[in-house]
Amino acid sequence: MTKHIIKDRQIIEDHWLYTGGEEEQAIPSDEDLDIIVSFDQWQNEREKLLNRNGKLGVCIGNGVSIDDIKDELGNFDLIAILFTAFKDGRGYSYARLLRERHGFKKEIRAIGNVLRDQLFYMERCGFDAFDLEHGNNMENALAAFKDFSVRYQPAADDAATISG
Amino acid sequence: MYQYNEIDQKIVDERVEQFRDQTRRFLAGELGEAEFRALRLMNGLYIQRHAPMLRIAIPYGLLSSEQLRMLGFITRKYDKSYGHFSTRQNLQLNWPKLEDVPDILAHLAKVEMHAIQTSGNCIRNTTSDHLAGVNPDELEDPRPYCEIIRQWSSFHPEFSYLPRKFKIAVSGAEKNDRAATLVHDIGIYLVKNPQGEIGFKILAGGGLGRTPYIAQTVREFLPKKHLLSYLEAILRVYNQHGRRDNIYKARIKILVNALGIEKFREMVDAEWEHIRDSALQLDENQLQHFREFFTPHAYDKNAADDSSFSTQIQADKNFAAWTKHNTVEHKIAGYRSVYISLKAPGIAPGDMTDEQMEAVADLADQYSFSQIRVTHDQNLILADVKQGDLHALYQALGKLGLATANIGTLNDMICCPGLDFCSLANAGSIGIAKQINEKFDNLDYLYDLGEIKLKMSGCINACGHHHVGHIGILGVDKKGEEFYQFQLGGSAAEDASLAKIIGPAVAKEDVANTLEKIIDVYTDKREGDERFIDTYRRIGMQPFKEAVYA
Ligand code: SF4
Repeated sequence: MTKHIIKDRQIIEDHWLYTGGEEEQAIPSDEDLDIIVSFDQWQNEREKLLNRNGKLGVCIGNGVSIDDIKDELGNFDLIAILFTAFKDGRGYSYARLLRERHGFKKEIRAIGNVLRDQLFYMERCGFDAFDLEHGNNMENALAAFKDFSVRYQPAADDAATISG
Repeated sequence: MYQYNEIDQKIVDERVEQFRDQTRRFLAGELGEAEFRALRLMNGLYIQRHAPMLRIAIPYGLLSSEQLRMLGFITRKYDKSYGHFSTRQNLQLNWPKLEDVPDILAHLAKVEMHAIQTSGNCIRNTTSDHLAGVNPDELEDPRPYCEIIRQWSSFHPEFSYLPRKFKIAVSGAEKNDRAATLVHDIGIYLVKNPQGEIGFKILAGGGLGRTPYIAQTVREFLPKKHLLSYLEAILRVYNQHGRRDNIYKARIKILVNALGIEKFREMVDAEWEHIRDSALQLDENQLQHFREFFTPHAYDKNAADDSSFSTQIQADKNFAAWTKHNTVEHKIAGYRSVYISLKAPGIAPGDMTDEQMEAVADLADQYSFSQIRVTHDQNLILADVKQGDLHALYQALGKLGLATANIGTLNDMICCPGLDFCSLANAGSIGIAKQINEKFDNLDYLYDLGEIKLKMSGCINACGHHHVGHIGILGVDKKGEEFYQFQLGGSAAEDASLAKIIGPAVAKEDVANTLEKIIDVYTDKREGDERFIDTYRRIGMQPFKEAVYA
């Protein structure tokens, strides 16, 4: 079964394999697969992970903060930020810091309890990929990026500050 | 007052449509209860004991007559023809229907109003001094800065899912703080530095609720241009490090106290270093843009020449008492600011009918530059009334039942909705307000007692701010019965202090009697015209305790 996510406001097929994230699983023997590992896996199997052919992503959130990975960002092609509950807003700060402070230009993906009504804010904070929680209609969710056409404050997008 | 531009109007209009769609999806079963809950809360919509409660934002408590008229219309069309002004300068509707809320919001948007972020774990409506711009104490009018904060904090993409709610207050001076600045998550004072420049003193970690704290100073002096970057730094530290595992430990006050103010300041400053010169910096043109909305009215230069005022004071003793208690000095000679008491005996504190709202809107048009303010004590203010108009205004208010001359007295108590409306309440508070009103019904006696801030909450969440009442009353539940705990010695002013519990809670029928015993100790021990709070501070708890539990 192919899995889909929203990337750059489009529904696309997703080929990344999660070995970290909501649940951990073993790192696959197929060295060509692109994988998103947990922070623990990254710490424990760093050499092995760096020597694979496939691309490497890491999952933060749920206790792993931006400070834990900020000096090693060059090793990652993707950073997934896990929302264990949509109400836990730490991930919004992490995404902004990744984009605005640490210059991370590759994919930042929201995973976990990711829902339509948070997409507008998430995108403004620098997320460009969204793995919506099961049961959410992706077609409908695309409308969320257009909930507002104007913005009051600068964030990871190029909005200007307050109207004055 | 601030006028919406195209962007402001668009944002509220788009919000209405967004919420309409969210409500539709919820009613159609496409949006779960928990998800909708967070979304509706960020639009001020609670589900209460009897019905939804909708909290409408009144930014820093300032209303135009047109807006107040609209509120009157909304309470009539969608509610039971009254609304409740809260201690946070907002208006609450207790009986709207969920499916009507999108239409209510659409009506509000027509008069530049909304319910955005009036609840939920986000940055709430910024509050301020209800006498901003007209009082002699302030260094500068704080409202332009409130408006700047309102815009920056509205739909802030990073800070809409904070560990807990977040309240900011701005006062134009430290002296005579009427904005309860020190019991806010962030409190801001306009201050002058030794070089004579005006900027901000930033405090953080104040708050009431279960564990009350007075805010501590994070920065003694912040140049104005850095206002937003500094706030953003504080919020970013809080958003990442505030506790999320326990709702009772999630406010910033807990973080500040756990880290200690030095460590907290160090973290904020480290964050701020990165962003102080970012796009958040405010240039002089922007500041000036916002200040221009709050320039002084076109006051009548000859207002002080009127002689009818002193004649009427002589002739009408009730008018004289009302003037003394319900009006205050204005910085322009010949003008006074008028309190409209929403504490008439027998009325729930802060309640106002649709007809009263419309009539007061008309009076504001006639006498006070078409503006009305909401106070932290659940009254309204017409801030700019000529002395020559006061008598006519007094008579008009009297006909509306809005001229009870009890501002600042024991009967001007503040009170949360309690058991009558709030699903969290342990005890009723409105009935108690009535009991107290009946006991202390002699105005001359109340005047003799002078300023006593009586504040009452129906449960530990402290919406009635009982911790900072000179006398605080807290409703508690004892084996299913309503009991009331008395606390003494709180203050929300610049000499902020937290009230201390006097002893075991008393039964419902004993509340007014207990209050009387406390008051008797005060009248017995006071020196000169010492206020209650000052007597308490001088003599301590013991005499009060002895009298109450004798
Ligand atoms: S103090 Fe308690 S009872 Fe009163 S309004 Fe707040 S939550 Fe409700």
